[in-house]
Amino acid sequence: MKLFEYEAKAILTKYGIPTPKGGLVTKASQTREIATKLRSPFAIKAQVLVAGRGKAGGILFADSVPDAEKAARKLFNMRIKGMLVRNVWIEEKIRIKKELYFGVTIDRVNQSHVAIASAVGGLEIEEIAAEAPEKVIKLLINPQHGFHSFHARQLARKIGYSGSQLSVLGKIFERLYSVGMDYDAELIEMNPIVEACDGKFVAADARMIIDDNALFRHQQYQKRLLEGESELTQQELSAIRNNLAYVKLDGNIGVIGNGAGLVMATLDTIQYYDGRPANFLDVGGGATSKKMAVALKIVLSDPNVKALFINILGGITRCDEVALGILEAKDKVGVVKPMVIRLVGTNEEEGKRILTEAGIHVLESMEEAARKVVEISK
Amino acid sequence: MGILVDKNTHVIVQGITGTQGSFHTKLMLEYGTKIVAGVTPGKGGTQIHSIPVYDTVEAALEKHAANASIIFVPAPFAADATLEALESRIRIIVTITEHIPIRDAVYVMKFAEQVNATVIGPNTPGIVTPGECKLGIMPAHIFKPGSVGIVSRSGTLTYEIAASLTRSGLGQSTCLGLGGDPITGLDFVEILRMFEKDHQTKAVVLIGEIGGNLEELTAKYIIEQSYPKPVVAFIAGRFAPPGKRMGHAGAIIMGKAGTAESKIEALRSAGVRVAEKPCDVARLVARLLNV
Repeated sequence: MKLFEYEAKAILTKYGIPTPKGGLVTKASQTREIATKLRSPFAIKAQVLVAGRGKAGGILFADSVPDAEKAARKLFNMRIKGMLVRNVWIEEKIRIKKELYFGVTIDRVNQSHVAIASAVGGLEIEEIAAEAPEKVIKLLINPQHGFHSFHARQLARKIGYSGSQLSVLGKIFERLYSVGMDYDAELIEMNPIVEACDGKFVAADARMIIDDNALFRHQQYQKRLLEGESELTQQELSAIRNNLAYVKLDGNIGVIGNGAGLVMATLDTIQYYDGRPANFLDVGGGATSKKMAVALKIVLSDPNVKALFINILGGITRCDEVALGILEAKDKVGVVKPMVIRLVGTNEEEGKRILTEAGIHVLESMEEAARKVVEISK
Repeated sequence: MGILVDKNTHVIVQGITGTQGSFHTKLMLEYGTKIVAGVTPGKGGTQIHSIPVYDTVEAALEKHAANASIIFVPAPFAADATLEALESRIRIIVTITEHIPIRDAVYVMKFAEQVNATVIGPNTPGIVTPGECKLGIMPAHIFKPGSVGIVSRSGTLTYEIAASLTRSGLGQSTCLGLGGDPITGLDFVEILRMFEKDHQTKAVVLIGEIGGNLEELTAKYIIEQSYPKPVVAFIAGRFAPPGKRMGHAGAIIMGKAGTAESKIEALRSAGVRVAEKPCDVARLVARLLNV
């Protein structure tokens, strides 16, 4: 789960990491009140959960309070990479001497957390790595020992600092690591962390993604995710609430299956026969009839869907439950679109009987079913 | 024969009293898996399907000899359960549980590595050596003993391909899922190494998916080692859009990294036959084995 910049900065501040003084504005008219408490010039930043916000025009600067208000108004009327701007963060602009990068994320190949520091900041870290790989310093963290003060000092030295600045910067790195661990961040970064003209360090931007699997340890964010304050569509929200994995695509064949790999392979097979899938939807293992019905509802709420392909390979999932779910959904949602169903595995016979008696034809081969649904969708 | 598990594998089931744990214990027993004990804190002294239940792994091992464990414990407690098994000197652990927090998984895998233990999963369908031992939740009837080793990042897609191999008369030596969580105990290369040493395995089927670079690293390994056994692969997610997580935590394309194209190209250049559709895998294997 991605946090907004203002949320991440509030956490950093709590851990003693210097951030620019600022405030959150939910309506442009509040700008004056907030800005008058700050020292000009100002940075006015759209709060959206997309990378590359600056380049897309989501960060503006102003020298006076009226200009700040104008800038905020402009941002509230903007969509950034398709995202509505619901909140704007206003802060004191820092006089920058140098932009640096520091973050902690997961290195999947080495199966550990990795601390990354660079003397070049402000760009996406992948871009920095592409442009100047020698300037990206990585340190794998042993989970049994953690990230120590000396590690932080090593990194501060390698990106060019010494003396008291090295100690101060090292302390900030250490604190950011603590935030990352305490909040189960799969990514936490200060990009940039700025060396100001007075020699002090300030986290000018902060990005944080909490590991979804650890949200049970961070109830306040889990609640926010489900309250729909985040950037999810209705279909995605409904999928999350029901423990379904849903991704909207731009075709016209609705797809429901069990297991991420099988559903991906189903999309591939549809495209192999020149069809276009409208979505990815994985009902997961052991789906009940109720869950199947919800899945159908979500997929059918997409107006582009012309035909449906349900591909179930029963392991833990029982085919009879799936069949009942399909019928239940058919009654409730009133499915009028053509369906192609492939159903094999646990309790296959019973599942087939239920559907056949209801006049629904069931296929056994995934390829045959894919070919058929593509034909219908054309 | 086969790898990791066989008829000499003696198993404890952690989380045996839960819905999934109890259901699959029954199915594994029916398959012939030698389950010696179960563990659920607070349920010690009871029985499930005539298998004695203990409060701790330590207590179970005072009464029974076991060399493997299968874990059905809910995600918030799964790391604790895995560490418990590792500290009790169990060296093969299958973690069925999905969605374990990354921080927990990283810690557990480090410890497993230090004590030379094998963790299969988390979020895996498990492992089966057909006819000898099933340690997992896969449907039993789709497998039969034979000479094809299967290693996969997926669950149901593995069943799809295993079933089609079996239908084509191609049995399996061992079939296992690496797991769909972001941090898992094994990778393709470790399994290829094991299949190389296993006399029963004549060919390997590798089922990958978008995200990460495990498949690319595997291709590199196959070239460097001039891997002696034929390998057939299928990669799911050719048409997945970048930046969208396709169900599994790992199944995401970031920029140019992790695309099916890059994986297929790497594998092909290593001499691996890559199938276009799941049903083509069996045909390619048959051709390579001349059956």
